[in-house]
Amino acid sequence: MSTARQSTTRTIAAHGVLILYTLIALFPVFVIVVNSFKSRRAIFADPLALPTAETFDLIGYRTVLQQGDFLLYFQNSMMVTVGSLFFVLLFGAMAAFALSEYRFRGNSLMGLYLALGIMIPIRLGTVAILQMMVASGLVNTLTALILVYTAQGLPLAVFILSEFMRSVSDDLKNAGRIDGLSEYTIFFRLVLPLVRPAMATVAVFTMIPIWNDLWFPLILAPSEETKTITLGSQVFIGQFVTNWNAVLAALGLAIVPVLVLYLIFSRQLIRGITAGAVK
Amino acid sequence: MGALTLKNVTKAFGRTEVIKGVDLDVQDGEFCVFVGPSGCGKSTLLRMIAGLEDVTSGDVEIDGERINDLAPARREIAMVFQSYALYPHLTVRDNMGLALKQLGTPKAQIVEAADKAAAMLDLGPLMERRPSELSGGQRQRVAIGRAIVRTPKLFLFDEPLSNLDAALRVATRIEIARLHRDLGATMIYVTHDQVEAMTLADKIVVLRAGRVEQVGRPMDLYNDPDNTFVAGFIGSPQMNFLKAGLLGLSSDTVGIRPEHLAISATEGPIEGSVSHLEKLGGETLTYVRTPDHGLLTVRQFGEHDHPVDSTVRLTPDQSRAFHFDADGQRLR
Repeated sequence: MSTARQSTTRTIAAHGVLILYTLIALFPVFVIVVNSFKSRRAIFADPLALPTAETFDLIGYRTVLQQGDFLLYFQNSMMVTVGSLFFVLLFGAMAAFALSEYRFRGNSLMGLYLALGIMIPIRLGTVAILQMMVASGLVNTLTALILVYTAQGLPLAVFILSEFMRSVSDDLKNAGRIDGLSEYTIFFRLVLPLVRPAMATVAVFTMIPIWNDLWFPLILAPSEETKTITLGSQVFIGQFVTNWNAVLAALGLAIVPVLVLYLIFSRQLIRGITAGAVK
Repeated sequence: MGALTLKNVTKAFGRTEVIKGVDLDVQDGEFCVFVGPSGCGKSTLLRMIAGLEDVTSGDVEIDGERINDLAPARREIAMVFQSYALYPHLTVRDNMGLALKQLGTPKAQIVEAADKAAAMLDLGPLMERRPSELSGGQRQRVAIGRAIVRTPKLFLFDEPLSNLDAALRVATRIEIARLHRDLGATMIYVTHDQVEAMTLADKIVVLRAGRVEQVGRPMDLYNDPDNTFVAGFIGSPQMNFLKAGLLGLSSDTVGIRPEHLAISATEGPIEGSVSHLEKLGGETLTYVRTPDHGLLTVRQFGEHDHPVDSTVRLTPDQSRAFHFDADGQRLR
């Protein structure tokens, strides 16, 4: 009896803490969304108030959709994020498979080398990257961004995925070899489906920093045709005057695609994070 | 078709030698069991025959043809794994047919082969299910079926019964024995369980630390072991080893099976106290702690009672004793 009551209290306490955290985490998002639907005067008069019939104004969204080519910015962000994600997952999983599956000289050294990038921020190499991009004529292309983000995402992907791939049954891979499957078929058809939760985890951790990044778009691809959504929103932030309606509306819209991607991966993600713990 | 020959085969991982020169002949149609304690290299040896591990030196031949450098898929072998290793994304039928499909066999022929294997193993109603919808015993039958469909020269079994519960293990063991009789195929079977080895094998290969200790028919190993290791490994409960000097014998060690030790309250050269009693109905096992020879096991048929801690005396049946020298080699 006492244990049951105790666990109820504990559950309430745990939920209390989690709800509090959720509120804190969601508060900025809430403020952005709420204020994006208000007139400029109302934003400054009472930033926390909900829009009323009087203060409701879509001026922000109108500005965003009329000024600048936001559809293009969205498309750019989407292409860069999805493209980078694809290459990070593909090459990361391939490298992880090789590291976990094959015995070769320098295996663990190679694993360490590939994981080194987790500790060294890629931005330290910005100048060299810019020089390389200029030399190869890739400045102001989405390719430049995809290449950089792929490099940025690979270390963590290789690190997480190689741990997961070690847990895939050797017998299964060997059965495939005896049945005449090629190493590629074994990788794509047998191993990848089994590490899907880990892939989703890597996808989410890789995707969000790419979508939110301002640094590399600003340096490598600032032209009008290649602007990403975060860079595009900067148009409205001036040194002296900032169009808050437009900034908030742009940010509000920018949340949507990443939210959709997250929802796609999240079911797998929870399994990926808890896989080691529950088993 | 299906004779296997190993010629001085070795395997080293870096500087550690795991298989230290194994020579072996398995005749066509023979059921050969590799047995030994864990870490003796029996699974490694099997994986080398399958082509899943490189051979460091020596030759592996099937039907007189050297296959050292052939890919696993081209050795015309089939393997059944301890963890079943069924493809999770394929149905039972596709699991069974995959190898033939990879070889480019016509579809009708694959279906026919799969149905035939399914009939042999009673898998008919399960053909369209996925592995996750099957029980452990069913999965292992599918894995065996997958091996049959290929009509390989050589069947390789890697501890196939270890993940099954006791009752299922006996049933599947009988099924494998029946399959061997029906198919007449050569089978190599790895196990650490000497009961499986004794009941299934035409030929047992006892391995220890990467070396072959003895090869022979089950009853030959049981009745005529070459050394203390084989004598102790084959037979359950384990053979008793007594110090020969204390019994007035010239050899170093005397091996007596538990059923060849007579137990009585008053008579016998060895004195000891009962430390534990196991009554199994059909037989009674008495564990006797002796000051000179350590713990000895006595096996009597029927029900018997020896109170724990009571003093008993044991008489070895000298005519059934095995004599070994100081290195554990048999003195004949």
